[in-house]
Amino acid sequence: MDDSIGVIVGGSLSGGITAKLQNGCSVEDINVGRYVTIQGRQKKFMGMVTDVGLQVTDTQLTMSPPDSDDDFSARILNGIGAYGTASITPYLLIADSDRGNLEVPEPVKTIPSHFSKVRMSTDAEFQAVFGEEDEKRFNIGNPLDMEYKLCLDIPKFVERSNGIFGKSGTGKTFFTRLLLGAMIQKSKGVNLIFDMHNEYGHAGTSEEQGKVKGLKQFFPGKVTTFSLEEHALHSDGRVEIDLEDLEPEDFSILGRTLNMTDLAVSATYACRRRFGKNWIREVLRISQLTDDENDEKENLLKSEVIAQGSFENMVRALNKINSMGYINKTGSKSNIVNEIMSRLIGGVNVVIEFGRHSDTLTYMLISNLLARRIYDRYRDLTEKAIANDTAKPIPLVITIEEAHNFLNESLAQNSIFGIIAREMRKYNVTLLVIDQRPSGIQEEILSQLGTKVIFLMDNDRDIDAALSGTSGKTALRGIVAKLASKQQALIFGHALPMPVSFRPRDYNDSTFYRDGDEDESFDDIFSE
Amino acid sequence: MSENLKIGEIIDVNTTSFSAECVKLNEIPSFGGLVRTPEGDRDLYAVVTYATTSSVDAGRHPVARGNDDEENEMIFKANPQLEKLFRSEFTAVVVGYKEKDRFSHHLPPKPARIHYSVYDCSDEEIRAFSEDLSFLSLLFNTNENVSTEELVSAVIRTCAEASDDKEAFLEKAGRELARLLNRDYMRLKMILERIRPQEDR
Repeated sequence: MDDSIGVIVGGSLSGGITAKLQNGCSVEDINVGRYVTIQGRQKKFMGMVTDVGLQVTDTQLTMSPPDSDDDFSARILNGIGAYGTASITPYLLIADSDRGNLEVPEPVKTIPSHFSKVRMSTDAEFQAVFGEEDEKRFNIGNPLDMEYKLCLDIPKFVERSNGIFGKSGTGKTFFTRLLLGAMIQKSKGVNLIFDMHNEYGHAGTSEEQGKVKGLKQFFPGKVTTFSLEEHALHSDGRVEIDLEDLEPEDFSILGRTLNMTDLAVSATYACRRRFGKNWIREVLRISQLTDDENDEKENLLKSEVIAQGSFENMVRALNKINSMGYINKTGSKSNIVNEIMSRLIGGVNVVIEFGRHSDTLTYMLISNLLARRIYDRYRDLTEKAIANDTAKPIPLVITIEEAHNFLNESLAQNSIFGIIAREMRKYNVTLLVIDQRPSGIQEEILSQLGTKVIFLMDNDRDIDAALSGTSGKTALRGIVAKLASKQQALIFGHALPMPVSFRPRDYNDSTFYRDGDEDESFDDIFSE
Repeated sequence: MSENLKIGEIIDVNTTSFSAECVKLNEIPSFGGLVRTPEGDRDLYAVVTYATTSSVDAGRHPVARGNDDEENEMIFKANPQLEKLFRSEFTAVVVGYKEKDRFSHHLPPKPARIHYSVYDCSDEEIRAFSEDLSFLSLLFNTNENVSTEELVSAVIRTCAEASDDKEAFLEKAGRELARLLNRDYMRLKMILERIRPQEDR
């Protein structure tokens, strides 16, 4: 039986190809984002419908259409004088069981010839392209309008830095939790997660179900959580920062958040130079001196050429930091970086929970500070491994939220995450960037992201930014704009042979996923 | 329509059409009807496109015969000679032929033969011939005095009456027309208005 929905009538490789719908197939049956298979004369192509349209053979038809009660004329014209078209972007050459013996799908370098038949892709074809769930591949959901379980090659996914973008409330967090679970389960690396809103560690929240299980409940032995709060439940340790650990670089990143002027930021460098590691305590001490013993302060301002206003500005910022609950005031040295490092090296995933401290200042400060130190250790380890020709350290994926705060044009050069995103895999450290405003992220970094998952976004600049560095951007743009407001996403890039719009795996029906049900392990739930 | 009824004799022939004189005055095949004439091994099929009734003697102009008591058929009863003084003629456009039981819906290699008989087609023949509607395109190039839209819609109505499923046939014919006239929507619209099933109006 002829199951074709239309034939190719025009187009180009760069601009996409156009199919005229036939065989009684209506535009209403074709959704944007749907996959189609095109049987060319010698090759079989797979592509995605990126737009649908209505055409007429004679423009008179648009000026005097059949009367509204004239079903007969409407039925007759449908598909002949007035017909639907589908714009298709071809992505892959796939194995043609009849003729070719192409084993691996290849990217297209040509397009199917005129009048090639177009039909909906089958689950079997999808499976041939994306593979089946196995020890490497993880089922992340279903392609829209299809039964096939879309599989993501997790080891390939973590080879590069990746991004997850979407408006708030579109299902980013839910999907990220799933993906992190998949990474823990199927990749050889470890994760360091800066969990701004306590979503990933012990338990998370779902808009429908209230509390849901976090990673730690699924992988008790493989996940540890550290909290910024003093008496956090289910936490394996507390994150405390020594004032000595704060460097002027931290302030150049936090400057804007702390309302610091540029001059105040440069004053921190001067003070660090002058007082050494203990500079913050020194500066705070000097600022509290009474008028009688003010010589020391004047001396400092004069010799370091710091204006009185800049000094006060700097002191305000340092005081603010010093007042934070997670600053170690015990006097004994905090050991947090070592603790985290030893776990990561040992293959245990670490979630840093921010709890109440989910303000931007804290998040930026802690994540930058910890990430920089951990990255330094990783770099040393990797360089040593290269020099001694031993095994490199276990690959590390750092998950950050609200990434536009660190990776925007002005900060990306200084921020450790900018460096990780650019230098990437050299030191076996990559990023998983989660953000709702990708337009705030530096373009250079966006283009370095390997695989991107895009949930619904309305802002044109955000969509443009999320799709930057991608071929066929215009075509994908329409798809992103038409995603449902929840639980639908487009995934494309390094880990997949072609873009797929899909519905992430949903646990709405699953009672297993709820918090507190300790009997079910992650494997039981995720391998259906 | 009766089976294989002779209705005329060919008196003028060209490649695309022929004219025939009716066997009986006023017994003219319907406009848009399908007729058949043998030509060697083939049967040619043609669509009636035009008909006239005129004086046998071209120089004689008919005069009115009726009066208060006599009109219509009574005039002929009162003047039996009239049957011989007038003749009916029709023109038919050739739209295909049958050779060895196979229909072809294009012009035959040879035209019809003069003085050969013309037969009205049975419903069964119409059904068989109109299974393929590609002959409709031949009707768009006739130079007859009747508008093409009228002619085409008349043919389609004739074939629809003979078909088993009238509505399905009309839809099929409509779609064929839509293909033929895809650059001329106004013309298509005029025809569709003429063939639209009653219940759809």
